[in-house]
Amino acid sequence: MARLQLKNLHAKVAEGGEKILDGVDLEVSSGEIHALMGPNGSGKSTTAKVIAGHPAYEVTEGEVLVHLDEDEFEGMTIPEEKRTWNLLDLEPNERAAVGVFLGFQYPVEIEGVTMVNFLRTALNAKLEERDDLFEEGEAEVEEEEDSGYDTSPMEGNVDEGEVSVSEFQELMAEKMDQLDMDTTFAQRYLNAGFSGGEKKQNEVLQAAILEPSIAVLDEIDSGLDIDRLQDVSKGINALRDEQGAGILQITHYQRILDYVEPDHVHVMLDGKIATSGGPELAERLEDEGYDWVREEAYETA
Amino acid sequence: MSSDQDHLRETDSEKRFEFKKDEASAFRTEKGALDEETIRVISEDKDEPEWMLERRLRALKQFHAMPMPTDWPGQPDLSEVDIAEIVPYIRPDVDVRGGVDDWSELPDDIKDTFDQLGIPEAEKNALSGVGAQYESEVVYQNMQERWEEKGVIFCNMDEAVQEYPELVKEHFMTENVPPSDNKFAALHGAIWSGGSFVYVPEGVTVDMPVQAYFRMNSEGMGQFEHTLIIAEEGSEVHYIEGCSAPQYASFNLHSGGVEVFVGEDAHVQYSTVQNWSKNTYNLNTKRAICEANGTMEWVSGSMGSKATMLYPSTILKGRGATDNHITIAFAGEGQNIDTGAKVYHNAPRTKSTIESKSISKDGGRTNYRGLVHISDGAEHSSTSVECDALMFDNESTSDTMPYMEIEESKVDVAHEATVGKIGDEDVFYLQSRGLDDDDAKQMIVAGFIEPITEELPIEYAVELNRLIELEMEGSLG
Repeated sequence: MARLQLKNLHAKVAEGGEKILDGVDLEVSSGEIHALMGPNGSGKSTTAKVIAGHPAYEVTEGEVLVHLDEDEFEGMTIPEEKRTWNLLDLEPNERAAVGVFLGFQYPVEIEGVTMVNFLRTALNAKLEERDDLFEEGEAEVEEEEDSGYDTSPMEGNVDEGEVSVSEFQELMAEKMDQLDMDTTFAQRYLNAGFSGGEKKQNEVLQAAILEPSIAVLDEIDSGLDIDRLQDVSKGINALRDEQGAGILQITHYQRILDYVEPDHVHVMLDGKIATSGGPELAERLEDEGYDWVREEAYETA
Repeated sequence: MSSDQDHLRETDSEKRFEFKKDEASAFRTEKGALDEETIRVISEDKDEPEWMLERRLRALKQFHAMPMPTDWPGQPDLSEVDIAEIVPYIRPDVDVRGGVDDWSELPDDIKDTFDQLGIPEAEKNALSGVGAQYESEVVYQNMQERWEEKGVIFCNMDEAVQEYPELVKEHFMTENVPPSDNKFAALHGAIWSGGSFVYVPEGVTVDMPVQAYFRMNSEGMGQFEHTLIIAEEGSEVHYIEGCSAPQYASFNLHSGGVEVFVGEDAHVQYSTVQNWSKNTYNLNTKRAICEANGTMEWVSGSMGSKATMLYPSTILKGRGATDNHITIAFAGEGQNIDTGAKVYHNAPRTKSTIESKSISKDGGRTNYRGLVHISDGAEHSSTSVECDALMFDNESTSDTMPYMEIEESKVDVAHEATVGKIGDEDVFYLQSRGLDDDDAKQMIVAGFIEPITEELPIEYAVELNRLIELEMEGSLG
């Protein structure tokens, strides 16, 4: 069980200083699905990016904590003092290592890097970083003198890493099969020339392979046709049901919530959570829009 | 994973570039004595025929008569290049002139140097042949007998002058790269030494790469190897050259010459990965002449050097001839890599593609300088030029200077250039998946140069990637 906890989070644009988050409080635990809704510009995507450590934003106040269980990661016993992390103290890759995944609204395209090479490198890097973070004090002493050829252009790491090429190929084939993805995906360049739908499916595939404790999915449903929406939704449900991940699903629309049923729905307005509720809240938003939330929020204020 | 990759992995690349031997040469010319007397001494030491000496002397005259190139827009600063400071010729202490054909006969210090570079390992692993040049002479070469039986010649250039005078006399710096081409071609013509000679008879396909490795080991020397490749009608060969030089305080000059003759329906690929020390001026002339339906392919990675000026060039002489260029340049602090390609479409239905990629970092400067000339009458020819520049920071620069001279209207011309900074968004994306900042950048660069690495045999691809990793870590001084 892991728990992501946002406490009174304030953030602004690093260059320019425009304030975007104005005290966000939110908690997501493993096995739960939370929907974060709200009109454009309310701070949803910024929340996601701040959780993952995007350099474009500066946190001015508050905390982003991850609480882990002793047996959070397979084959590893986490000592008491290393079960809580403030993500704001960590680099983006370290945040991945403590179990946080960000699914991008607009994934970048990187030519020349095959999916299989990229994902295996990422998985091994995550596992290695995890060892460094959670091992007691010894990690830094063991700094290698020269690790030699880390990457070969053909097959990724010559250094096998924790997950070997063949093991990884099997894992990737299995996950792609679950998501009904074409096997040729593995050899394509990362997102290069992917359709909008393929990119979103790819984000879910990456989450499935990297097995996060908490996955923040930023408008993973935008620009999808109904078939692809169902595929992606199936993948998200599997993340929770089979891997026990906690999901923070950022979305504009009720549509995806027909397939990925949230336990909790939060509405964000002007950089903070204005109201929270169950799945019925999303249905009301679908019917009535956001105005009533705004009115209620200002009444109570 | 093959054993040669293991070997490469185990070799500490940084040490490899610092590694150098005390000079133990049998003969060297006096520094700065670039006059007729010096040329005569070199030629005599090589026991050359009269006609070669005459060519050298003619080239020397041309060299002295020509001005230094100083007026090209944005060209590298060559004011430090003082020919008088260069030791033009050093012959290492090897008993057998023209090299030995058994590795074990080499002096230990030379063997050690090549061991450090991993060359014998690569050679052992099923490559058809390696010619290794140490200082000015080729010291080692070997080629599988099965090619020799088919009449393929692969030897060092000095030996070719002795053994195959007719072929050399006809092709050496005559119609392809005459000394009058440019000042450094003239210099090269005067004091050239060593290099490779490759001859592939009609209809023969050499299906393994022929390889040579050049190394400058002594301080303040110049290296002027000449490579002459003749591929007769319908033949096919892939020649690969690697170059490196260790670090020294004073400057080195590398001024090589490459001439390739691609016969009708023949196919030649010339690949090179060069990594010079940061005080080397790398000023070369490379050209191919391509007959009807022949194909010439240049694949080159230019790393290191203080300044490089190199524009591999192809003359598409026969109908239906094809030329492909793939180049990559990497410039770090204090470096200016000025490189590109030249193609002359002199016949109908000729085709060329140029793909140029450059990376600059820490104030480094890369420049694509290209020329595509389509002559009147070269109808239905096509050319496509693509230049991509990747920059790490705001201090680095990259310029693209594509010249197009189109004299024929029935042609298809395309040019595309992109310039980009390594994107924060790209790096963040990879970081969010678990890669640290350095690994993320390396992965982006590895992807960027992938079109080059996929054209190279694995050892060279690994070497190129590793060199770029080292450059990016800033561990090469």
